[in-house]
Amino acid sequence: MMQANLTETQPGPVQSTLPMPPGAPEASLTQEQQRQLRVYLEQGLPLSPHPYREIAARLATGEAQIMTQIKQWQEQSLIRRLGLVVKHRQLGYRANAMVVWDIKDTDMEHIAGQLAARPEVSLCYQRPRRLPHWHYNLFCMIHGKDRSAVLEQINLLTRELALEHVNKDVLFSYKAFKQQGARYSQRKTADDRA
Amino acid sequence: MTELKEKSRPHNGPDTQAVTFDPLDKALINLLQRGLPVNEAPFASIAEALNTTEQEVLSRLNTLLAQGVLSRFGPMYDAACLGGAFTLAAMAVPAAEFDHVCEVVNGFEQIAHNYQRNHRLNMWFVIATESETEIATVIEQIEAKTGIEVLNVPKLEEFYVGLYLPI
Repeated sequence: MMQANLTETQPGPVQSTLPMPPGAPEASLTQEQQRQLRVYLEQGLPLSPHPYREIAARLATGEAQIMTQIKQWQEQSLIRRLGLVVKHRQLGYRANAMVVWDIKDTDMEHIAGQLAARPEVSLCYQRPRRLPHWHYNLFCMIHGKDRSAVLEQINLLTRELALEHVNKDVLFSYKAFKQQGARYSQRKTADDRA
Repeated sequence: MTELKEKSRPHNGPDTQAVTFDPLDKALINLLQRGLPVNEAPFASIAEALNTTEQEVLSRLNTLLAQGVLSRFGPMYDAACLGGAFTLAAMAVPAAEFDHVCEVVNGFEQIAHNYQRNHRLNMWFVIATESETEIATVIEQIEAKTGIEVLNVPKLEEFYVGLYLPI
């Protein structure tokens, strides 16, 4: 247990003194605590046996409140997933293709739905055309270990979904200059970890 | 436990050689891409699922972080729901100016990813900010500093997000 260590870093009121907003006993974190929790989560979960307890101590609240809040965010889909953020190149995924399509607006839902259902497609977004420079309005990411295999996958899905008539382009990345988790909280608050 | 990966150093360049993983590393990376449980001892749960110890799981994760394989251990947020703003942007940068422009663009702390791609629009980056207005400001500043037009293609609709990279 690391209780001694934690109280040293962040002394604070005990959890029972926290105000409980009326009507919301499950989400007992204050707005400010919620904000701080997001900051701590963005910085990365502590790699320790009881990460939620550790964060709770820093926020002067209870482990149960922290877990309830996180679960609630997951249920609301604010957090899609709490886990490992990998650097795909380090895992050998070096062929990262952005496949862009020029889809007729009326076909968008149907075709995007079909592409999204393919296991090799990891992201599928509609984005605006920017004429005259950019004609494509549907973006799919396909990650693979080498380009020829990825191109083969793209050919196959094009055939299988009968999209040969649709204009598309494949943009491989050949260098990543910056790859970091995005931060949604202000930097000044992100740096307030004790 | 003994340090299995002592020879590995943190990777500085994003394009360094892929690290090699033993079966437990692989199982851990694959399982944790699906998410960490929310309970009192989540790493113990993971250890149990992988038939190993909590200590071993934590030690492996620390090593993977140090090697730069993991960028972070935390949440994937839906940025828009949290009040942040995100966009994808691109520029057509002349080859001779590429490195310089890259430095300018990456100098903005709001740039989350930046990839060179094989297209006339050869620089693609994600801008992540607190607000829509801040996105516009960042774009204006990049255009002013580089003299190159920024193509802004924000997400209109999301059909699928499920990045999972098994190894």
